[in-house]
Amino acid sequence: MSEKWTVTFQVFRKKGGEAAHYDDFKIEVDPNEYVLDGVERVWAFHDRTVVFRHACHHSTCGACGMRVNGVEKLTCITPIRDVTSNGGVVKVEPLRNFPVVSDLAVDMGKFYTQMDDVGHNSVNSDFKEAIQSEFRPAGPESDKQEFMRLSDCIECGLCISACPVSASSPDYLGPAVLAGAQQHGIHGDEHLLRLVDCEDGVWRCHSAFECTAVCPSFVDPGWRIMDLRKQVVGERIKRLFGGSSNKNEAEVAK
Amino acid sequence: MNEKQSLMTRIIVWFDPRWRSISFWGFIVNRITGLGLTLYLFMHLTMLGNLARGQEAYDGFIHFAHNPIFLVGEVLVVSAGIIHALNGIRIGLNSFGIGLRYQKVLYIGLTALAGIICLYFAYRMFTA
Repeated sequence: MSEKWTVTFQVFRKKGGEAAHYDDFKIEVDPNEYVLDGVERVWAFHDRTVVFRHACHHSTCGACGMRVNGVEKLTCITPIRDVTSNGGVVKVEPLRNFPVVSDLAVDMGKFYTQMDDVGHNSVNSDFKEAIQSEFRPAGPESDKQEFMRLSDCIECGLCISACPVSASSPDYLGPAVLAGAQQHGIHGDEHLLRLVDCEDGVWRCHSAFECTAVCPSFVDPGWRIMDLRKQVVGERIKRLFGGSSNKNEAEVAK
Repeated sequence: MNEKQSLMTRIIVWFDPRWRSISFWGFIVNRITGLGLTLYLFMHLTMLGNLARGQEAYDGFIHFAHNPIFLVGEVLVVSAGIIHALNGIRIGLNSFGIGLRYQKVLYIGLTALAGIICLYFAYRMFTA
């Protein structure tokens, strides 16, 4: 028989122009269940008007990102046991730095458009020299050859919610978008270079590294932003010395 | 992305360390010391302005500045400068990919070094 805990889910509520408030729901849970299971139980048995986003339930779609007890979490892989104790509280709030649509659901439209704009692909080729972050895979060199793989970034937006610079600079591209640009690589792409080498681009980051701390997919956006800076500087130096590296112009010439 | 929040609400996030990682503490410390040093610069220039008001005014201020509260203030300014500079070196190195994998260890190490230097300065200033 599974263990049972009684936990209070304190859910952020906001509909339209109403003032935000919290509703408490005392529910019985198995502590090994996930926070998303608890939110679904609140919706199913207590209040059908609670609005939240979810889809895959296995950390692939990135839809269920929320703030759980103040920290950005992918709720489908966050066990209740990890965030509270028996008789405790699970405070569930929407992601920061996105407009709230209703309750726990936020509008990520602008973010998705920006991800497309920097050329982030859901499938990437990976190179051994690109895997230098603290989360690089272990194993023999032969296992680190170039290969095609699904992108680690699931576009959940947790990094943007945790970033203090995104909080104060609404036009800042943000960690996920810059990490997407790094993965795509500048490679003389004029449009991408202009997009990231500007006031609200790669230079806006102030190294709080909270993006890396909350990322559920080990994308390590902090490292990728710094690597993108190297790419930008390299590209600028190349152009300073007359390097013809404008991919867009080359493509037009063909 | 958050146009509807007030500027104050957005900036408070900079100084809220709850549930955040050690790297974020470094971010907060740099903001506080940076603002403190900027405030000090204004105070310093204002005080130097006393020079233009003649010797008596300047001597009067120097006499006033021997108050122990000013000494504590000077220790805080020196400490802020040291902490901000050392943390700034870490951020500068990290910004170009140097020592990124060790940025947390670097932060702890440089903060400890800053603490030792600050204590030395404080000892020298209070025993001089």
